[in-house]
Amino acid sequence: MRELAAFEAAASCAPRTCAIRDLGRAGYREAWDYQLQLVSARKRGAVCDQLVFVEHPPTITLGRNASSANVLADAARLLSMGVDLQETDRGGDVTYHGPGQVVAYPILDLKAWRRDVGAYLRALEEVVMATLRDFGVASRRVEGLTGVWVGDAKIAALGVHLSRWVTSHGLALNVNTDLGHFGLIVPCGLTKPVTSLQEVLGRAVGMDSVVAAMGRRFGEVFDRRMVAAPAGA
Amino acid sequence: MGTVVMPQMGESIVEGTITKWLKETGDPVERDEALFEISTDKVDSEVPAPESGVLEAVFFPEGETVEINTAVAFIGDGSKVGQHEPPAAAAAASGPAPAAPPPTKAIAPAPAAPGRRIRSSPLVRRMAKEKGIDLSLLGKGSGAGGRITKKDILAYIESQERVAAGPVTAFPPAPESRFGDFEIQPLTGMRLSIAEHMVRTKRVSPHVSTVHEVDCTRIARLRSAAKEQFLQQNGTKLTFMPFFLQAAASALKAYPAVNASLDGKDLVVHRDINIGMAVALDWGLIVPVIRDADEKNLLGLQRSVNDLAQRARSKALQPDEISEGTFSVSNYGSYNSLLATPAINQPQVAILGIGAVKKRPVVINDAIAIRSISYLTLSFDHRAIDGATADLFLEHMRGVLEDWSSPAL
Repeated sequence: MRELAAFEAAASCAPRTCAIRDLGRAGYREAWDYQLQLVSARKRGAVCDQLVFVEHPPTITLGRNASSANVLADAARLLSMGVDLQETDRGGDVTYHGPGQVVAYPILDLKAWRRDVGAYLRALEEVVMATLRDFGVASRRVEGLTGVWVGDAKIAALGVHLSRWVTSHGLALNVNTDLGHFGLIVPCGLTKPVTSLQEVLGRAVGMDSVVAAMGRRFGEVFDRRMVAAPAGA
Repeated sequence: MGTVVMPQMGESIVEGTITKWLKETGDPVERDEALFEISTDKVDSEVPAPESGVLEAVFFPEGETVEINTAVAFIGDGSKVGQHEPPAAAAAASGPAPAAPPPTKAIAPAPAAPGRRIRSSPLVRRMAKEKGIDLSLLGKGSGAGGRITKKDILAYIESQERVAAGPVTAFPPAPESRFGDFEIQPLTGMRLSIAEHMVRTKRVSPHVSTVHEVDCTRIARLRSAAKEQFLQQNGTKLTFMPFFLQAAASALKAYPAVNASLDGKDLVVHRDINIGMAVALDWGLIVPVIRDADEKNLLGLQRSVNDLAQRARSKALQPDEISEGTFSVSNYGSYNSLLATPAINQPQVAILGIGAVKKRPVVINDAIAIRSISYLTLSFDHRAIDGATADLFLEHMRGVLEDWSSPAL
């Protein structure tokens, strides 16, 4: 597990600054613990806003509103497929994380942005849509449904937890994801197709280039100066 | 010491679902300690205790959806544990479902406008899913901002057998409109009721409009000739309006199907001719009614028009003066409009629009003449009336106006 001392020491961030931390591949639990530490540090004012990127191994997560009926495969089958099942404290229903998916966990103090969860979700959607535009892909919102869609297929899912207006969890954008694994669940309780950037473009896309684009777009949408996290953190 | 309320989590967020109580009744709590968790759409939030003390009462169980600013718990000194009455709002929200909404007068089931954002809570959506209910059929909810609440869906379930379809909201949210520099002006009560009426009329009645050109030269001359004397005798100017009203009353007598209302599958053909007259106000629009318009002469009609318009603008109309209309007239010509397609005043089946009277070159017997012309529109409910009736109605009016014979004085 990564140590937080380093970034706490180096954390004298200017206001409206957001540190990007790319964890690379990390387990869901591990990344969650990491988020919790960042949230706690953010609440204390020990760190500035954070944007954590991670790629999870195959994991099905159940949000607070999740209906287990939306997990179609039984636990034994999931285990045999190497798919982890985790209950979380984010909003939303069931979703799937796995290799080829860019997961972004912003740890933001919304008191310093806007105290508005609706506006926050719309802004996260805007970050995804702007990122997709960078790859020449037009995407959209669907009225009444949180998330980002290309045509009628969902390409990014959102789920957020708030504690004293500090955010955790966030969004998952399918880049080169094995979409077959979504067949194990009813994503977000919606019987709509899912898609990926790879499927839309007809070619694989470098994960790093998506992470870089999303970091930039995040800074624009949230009006934050994006800085790389201190080395070793 | 005091109540703990459901916090406001954002401008568009009007309620939250309590997903978890982190403390039990009787537990001591510290100020800022997480007290309960709520869920709104895709966001879960912890709500901290606003003060230190003892959690003396919890008014809503987990899973309950509560409007913002509703008291959900009480923190005291520990002396009154379990002795607090839930607030009135809490009792109402958790009490039995209210009576079903009145059925709409639409005959056809009315699907929601496509793309309308349905505001509801996870609990409501779960209930809808379990019961296989399309939330768009519930229309506007009773919660803040039109949100569909638990009691709305319970009422809907109860009324489903009786009501074919629920009302559609006139107010779908459009959060994408909030960009750049702007100010929010909440709609006034009058605007809200106009908006609801307009959405209803356009939804319920398939509107069709027909336009006829009427030569008003004769009544224009008559009016010019009588103008001065009319003013002296009666203390009021003579306008075109009474001529049009009298012609309309005559046409309504000739075509009673136009002087009617639709109530379900019944056409209610009125024997009274009560003509509503749209009056523009600085703050909206109102349609006072000239009762028994067919029994009035030009002077009587002119006085009614003046009186109702003046009292509409001074907010002095009585409730019975804006009800029981059997037909309506919109005189947008007074605002220099040539031609418009007015919306029907429900549950009536037609409305007359009067365009401005203007001098125009027209062809009469292969010669070009200067005549005073007005375009009359009849917008009609095609469920009740067909185009031929509408055209006959306007032709009748045209005949009366072009061959006006009675004196103006």
